[in-house]
Amino acid sequence: MSTFIQTLIVGLRLGSIYALIALGYTMVYGIIRLINFAHGDFIMVGGYTMIFTIPLILAAGLPAWLSVIFAIAVCALVGMGTELIAYRPVRKKGTGMTALITAIAMSLFLENLAQAIPAIGPNPKVASQIFSAGGISIAGVTMEWATVLTIVVGAAVMVVLYQFTQRTRIGRAMRCVSEDKEAATLMGINVNRTIVLTFAIGSGLSAIAALMYMAQYPKVYTTMGTLLGLKAFVAAVLGGIGIIPGAMPGGLVIGLVESFTTSYVSSSMADTFVFLILIVVLILKPAGILGKNVGEKV
Amino acid sequence: MPETKTPVLETRKLGITFGGLKAVQDFNIQIYQGELMGLIGPNGAGKTTVFNMLTGVYVPTEGTVILNGVPLNGRKTHQFVEAGVARTFQNIRLFKEMSVIDNVKAAFTKDVKYNMLDATFRTPNFWKAEREMTKKALELLTIFHLEDKAELLSANLPYGQQRKLEIARALATNMKVLLLDEPAAGMNEQETDDPTETAELLECINTIRDRFGIAILLIEHDMSLVMNVCERILVIDYGQTIAAGLPEEIAQNPKVIAAYLGE
Amino acid sequence: MKRSTTAKGYLLNTVVLAVAFIAFLALQNVMGKSGGFKLILAPCLWQCCYLIVLAASLNLVLGFLGQLSLGHCGFMAIGAYTAALLSLACERAGLYDDKSSPVFILILFGCILLAGILAALVGLLVGIPALRLKGDYLAIITLGFGMIIVNIINNLPFCGQDGLAQGSASASLYKNGLGFGTSSKVTFLWFALLVTLICLTMMFMFIRSKYGRAIKAIRDDEIAASASGINTSFYKVFTFAYSAFFAGVAGALYACANATLSTSSFAFANGGILNSTFVVVMVVLGGMGSLTGSGAAAVIMFFVNYQIKNGTWVALLPAAVQSIFAYPMLVYAIILIIVIMFRPKGIFGTYEFSLINLSRDIKLHHTRKAGEKAERKGVETHA
Repeated sequence: MSTFIQTLIVGLRLGSIYALIALGYTMVYGIIRLINFAHGDFIMVGGYTMIFTIPLILAAGLPAWLSVIFAIAVCALVGMGTELIAYRPVRKKGTGMTALITAIAMSLFLENLAQAIPAIGPNPKVASQIFSAGGISIAGVTMEWATVLTIVVGAAVMVVLYQFTQRTRIGRAMRCVSEDKEAATLMGINVNRTIVLTFAIGSGLSAIAALMYMAQYPKVYTTMGTLLGLKAFVAAVLGGIGIIPGAMPGGLVIGLVESFTTSYVSSSMADTFVFLILIVVLILKPAGILGKNVGEKV
Repeated sequence: MPETKTPVLETRKLGITFGGLKAVQDFNIQIYQGELMGLIGPNGAGKTTVFNMLTGVYVPTEGTVILNGVPLNGRKTHQFVEAGVARTFQNIRLFKEMSVIDNVKAAFTKDVKYNMLDATFRTPNFWKAEREMTKKALELLTIFHLEDKAELLSANLPYGQQRKLEIARALATNMKVLLLDEPAAGMNEQETDDPTETAELLECINTIRDRFGIAILLIEHDMSLVMNVCERILVIDYGQTIAAGLPEEIAQNPKVIAAYLGE
Repeated sequence: MKRSTTAKGYLLNTVVLAVAFIAFLALQNVMGKSGGFKLILAPCLWQCCYLIVLAASLNLVLGFLGQLSLGHCGFMAIGAYTAALLSLACERAGLYDDKSSPVFILILFGCILLAGILAALVGLLVGIPALRLKGDYLAIITLGFGMIIVNIINNLPFCGQDGLAQGSASASLYKNGLGFGTSSKVTFLWFALLVTLICLTMMFMFIRSKYGRAIKAIRDDEIAASASGINTSFYKVFTFAYSAFFAGVAGALYACANATLSTSSFAFANGGILNSTFVVVMVVLGGMGSLTGSGAAAVIMFFVNYQIKNGTWVALLPAAVQSIFAYPMLVYAIILIIVIMFRPKGIFGTYEFSLINLSRDIKLHHTRKAGEKAERKGVETHA
């Protein structure tokens, strides 16, 4: 029984992180209809930023998690930069295919750049504890506070984001751009600025995700983004890509699947199972749990 | 006038509903071999939706499409084409990165009888089939006066010729019924006595009908084209048929006039 | 293309290739004695061979069919392991003793062929579900399949230290029945070149046929292709499987050139040249839609990779730049970004090299460039 509870808790821990990452993914995809392969790498950027700023924050006598503010700023800048330098020019001149290839190239570039810079370097770095240790006890197994906090933060971000896109003017502008760019332009919306803003918010979110990740898995390494990003993408697709409320259930399911596969099947097959979910979803119901199908107009 | 009593293409109570919206309802049409029929109606009436159902792009939620007595429901688009229904598109869809003649040759794919072994080892079978295909493609291009542009990139053709190429490509599928979706859209209107693009198009359509003996269903906004060339006309509005008959009758039908001019 | 030109073209190509091949064999006998050739040039040529086949095979799907597949290295891995396993089995069964008997050449050929066929079968299994999707989704799903395939190979019990259930389970290092030593690489270089040539010819024949036209039509406009009677599902899956066949053959050639195999070389996150992204870089650089381009880009990228890893001039660079070269994937990512942003057509665009049309093509190229120049000048004077 305790194995089951343990596996459940690990699954929730993983899933809450995937959900946070998926929120950013799904929001950006909803607007520009492009899988930002580099999203996972923004998390890596956030992680390393905090590695470097936590000591400074602690020295100033402030709690470690405030370093997320720096991370949000850096990630937002990197995200906006990627959009302005790489995605926008290709979106204007190129096809869907070239945009996709650019996204992959950006992801590789960020990862390998981080590896090449000696200060960041190829070896993993470990962060000091961010939140206090201990947690709540369920049937003899401890669920860390950090996990609880991640789920709470995830839910809070989701609610805030959802309200933002539904109620505020900028949020509505984002939804308009995602539906029909040309119509949005005709309505007086500055499409380019909206897209940049979307990237800023999405990338800022990945910084928060990095914080919660580091709180539970203190090791940071340059390739951490790839697999995290891919699994979060599966989570976003499962919940319905482009649909913000879908990221939470999607992320939790993926986390649970990974955890249970590791416990009861084998750890090396965990990734395979996650991808199998992706394959099944994309073939049976590509719009995801909460999504609607939209075909191409002939 | 119809040469046989059984229609080549017919629909019975054809309709489609998109999430509560009845885009097309109770659509019944019979087209006979060698006939030139028009499908007209105001914008948004559902004409292209009908075409999409007639070619397998949309699956109708009610009714059937019948080609030469065989119901075609549920088949995929390329199977509709194999059965004998071909179409052109409202916004021209050419294979832009391919040459003019390759666009036409691509439509021969389903009828070309050689396999991978023939292609890999360049057997005489392969060469013979390719030569035939080139010959037939050039014949089709010649109908539209495009034969000297055969090797040009199709994206480089002027608009009017792109339209004609699309029709030539559809013809290459050896269909029994040809559906033309606004073939005259974007072409120059007839202003003087000189033959213009629209008049040329008219001539081409008539030539096709006479030469290949196929049935043609035309969606068009250009009233003069429709009245001049169609033998029968069907009018739809808001997805429902409001009138059907000879051009003269349609032109005087009060319901048709109301639909176009509004009340 | 007029019949007489095509026939003349084929004849010219065959003659030139035959002459070049014979010249190569003659040269090889002489140069084979030189250490430089044995140690450096021969392995390099082997690597170029399988890179060329790999790039060209992906171009079928990426350039001609217009679909982004990121799992190509899964098929290469299947080909490599299949060829290695089969040859090991043959060796243990006593079908051949040393690598110089004529029986061996037959076995070699058989192993490579079967490696390709198995890869093609897996390509079929992957393609049928995957190709129902397009664009981003297809890319991710092929990436997923690629990872799953490599993961499965890694977990196969008979991929142990000695292979074929003679070693420990789930070790990924693999003793290779094929793995040629240095001198064998020289003696069998003609084989690698021949296989490469055959593969390129097969792919070229595929493209210049109804199959090539059908997939180019699908690439340009899938709905219109369907409306022209083309069975899009069939051609998409067929091309995918066919391309997987050649990836498998490339993998088999790779297995010949290496004494041991390791699944980590095929992983997506790996910075080496066997990951799926490197292949994409080759195809994009050479030109999506040009087999010539894929071949040229493969050689160029091989050269770049070689120089980064072994160039003596690297030590002369400032330390900061040197650290970049320690991560060749960074260089490839930069190359990819530059090509996509400034010349998305790649080096050759959709041009295919043709001996018989060479002078005509060169003239055409010059007239076009002159025309563009005149146009720009005209615009400037009028502005």
